[in-house]
Amino acid sequence: MISARSAARWHWKNPSVIPGFGLTLGFTLAYLTLIILIPLAALGWRSAALGWFDFFRLITDARTLGALKVSFSTALIAAVVNVVFGVITAWVLVRYDFPGRRIVDAIVDLPFAIPTAVAGIALTALYAPNGLIGSFLTPLGIKVAYTPLGIVIALIAIGLPFVVRTVQPVMQEISKEVEEAAASLGANRFQTIFRVILPGLVPAILTGFALALARGIGEYGSVIFIAGNIPFVSEIAPLLIVIRLEEFDYGSATAIATIMLIISFLMLLLINVIQAWSRRRFGYEQ
Amino acid sequence: MEIRVEKIRKEFDLYPALHDVSLDIKSGELIALLGPSGSGKTTLLRLIAGLEQPTQGRIFFGNEDASYKSVRERNVGFVFQHYALFRHMTVAENVAFGLTVRPKAQRPPKAEIRRRALELLDMVQLSGLEKRFPNQLSGGQRQRVALARAMAIEPKVLLLDEPFGALDAKVRKELRRWLREFHDRTGHTTVFVTHDQEEALELADRVVVMSQGKIEQVGSSDDVYDRPNSPFVFSFIGESANLPVTVEGGAVFFHGAPTGLSAQRDGAARLFFRPQDVSLADEGPGFTGPVTASRRLAGTRIAEVELGSSEEPCHVEIEVPLDAAASNGSVLSFRPTRWKLFY
Repeated sequence: MISARSAARWHWKNPSVIPGFGLTLGFTLAYLTLIILIPLAALGWRSAALGWFDFFRLITDARTLGALKVSFSTALIAAVVNVVFGVITAWVLVRYDFPGRRIVDAIVDLPFAIPTAVAGIALTALYAPNGLIGSFLTPLGIKVAYTPLGIVIALIAIGLPFVVRTVQPVMQEISKEVEEAAASLGANRFQTIFRVILPGLVPAILTGFALALARGIGEYGSVIFIAGNIPFVSEIAPLLIVIRLEEFDYGSATAIATIMLIISFLMLLLINVIQAWSRRRFGYEQ
Repeated sequence: MEIRVEKIRKEFDLYPALHDVSLDIKSGELIALLGPSGSGKTTLLRLIAGLEQPTQGRIFFGNEDASYKSVRERNVGFVFQHYALFRHMTVAENVAFGLTVRPKAQRPPKAEIRRRALELLDMVQLSGLEKRFPNQLSGGQRQRVALARAMAIEPKVLLLDEPFGALDAKVRKELRRWLREFHDRTGHTTVFVTHDQEEALELADRVVVMSQGKIEQVGSSDDVYDRPNSPFVFSFIGESANLPVTVEGGAVFFHGAPTGLSAQRDGAARLFFRPQDVSLADEGPGFTGPVTASRRLAGTRIAEVELGSSEEPCHVEIEVPLDAAASNGSVLSFRPTRWKLFY
């Protein structure tokens, strides 16, 4: 069975009882082209018109570099935090039955649904120095709103459902028997979680991480309210693009967009490679 | 290691799964827990393993009260029906798992763990597959990995939950014979759960027949087949027929007619016998009725005979010699040679 699957992998099309391969593939390609490829190609074309020298000059502009650094570092930190808390949240939802579990389950999806600007404004109100939570943090010397920390918090709120929703179904599939087997072999709770359960979840966790990261890099609405948007400190790259557009500096805007696209693409590619490796490593496919 | 189960009661959400079950298992014995689904056999096995806690009652390992010890402390080898292998570990890592999770002070050195894992794989005849992942193995191979993994911790007892349930018939037969040899070689006290009576009768030293959370009978294969002690065991194990009879003055009557059988105690009863334990009788008292169906079964012929009145017919199947006149519609008369009454 295994060899049949890998042998069939490179076939143009797998024999299937379900018709419509040509139609669906054609639709998919046309759709992706219209929605994603043409806009991206336009972006590439626009920035190519800049020429290498201008492009390099624009993306090495100090303010641009600062914004890129803020965007990618905060998105990375938020994605890592989301992996930890997303896995814990998924665990609680999968493994325990408690009153209100369904409500908690539904709350996880809220960041998908509410306008991100609303989330941003609400978080700002909470974490501002005179806000409900901010007023407790200020005496401790912790500033959240209008700093990169605020951006991280906004991105955590936005990215959480990605991790929970990718890990949850895989976690559900891990049978209780596997845990019982580990316990019967003398593993304690800690060893069972870290050596038996989590390694099996690595591919799903990586997927969630990649989604949360990608979402964080591109996030705009919720961040601009809490960030304070101080150049070199808390100004994110998407905001800088908008600023450049408002200044009719289309060249700069496209250059920033292109470099973001390239970096994001390389990061996602790397994650995908690690994921493919871990899937093989953990015996999901051959 | 002897195991003593004392008046164990287990309830799930107030629904009793086991009613005051007691069982003594001798050291080195191979025991089968046999019963239909819902009979509590798996629950009993899981209680012995420590995967469930009893509502009442106690379990002793030797002279030690193990009732409230966790599965980790009991040092039992448990083999699951669906193998429960760790899919992200190689076969060798799976087998070595029980050793690698030991506290540092008791953990053998790495090379020793590896040597032991390979030795166990050799014992279950899987040498050379140690680098594979579980999903690259067949069902029978996976089950043997699970067994090797359970044996790695040098358990006092080996417990198997429907170990062959997920395998196809041929592999199941092979593994059955293999497990018996394995048990004879290692001498572990072994308890396995099965709903397959053939498996239980062939493999086990003693069979524990269970039904509805109770133990019906404990005995050797011969005991439970030849000397069943309850109507349930009689009908659950092997083929059997049963008929409502009455005993009056020491003679057994069926529908008012003498059957030629005699019994001690008077009253209404059910007569149980096996299809092969009958002899055809041309004259004298017996059970007489028309043949409603007859089929050839390897070396014998099975005839279905309709007995009793036409309003409430009883159908029984009996074995008849190949040369007997037992075509449809012909009338047969027979007497059970071995039988049992349950009042």
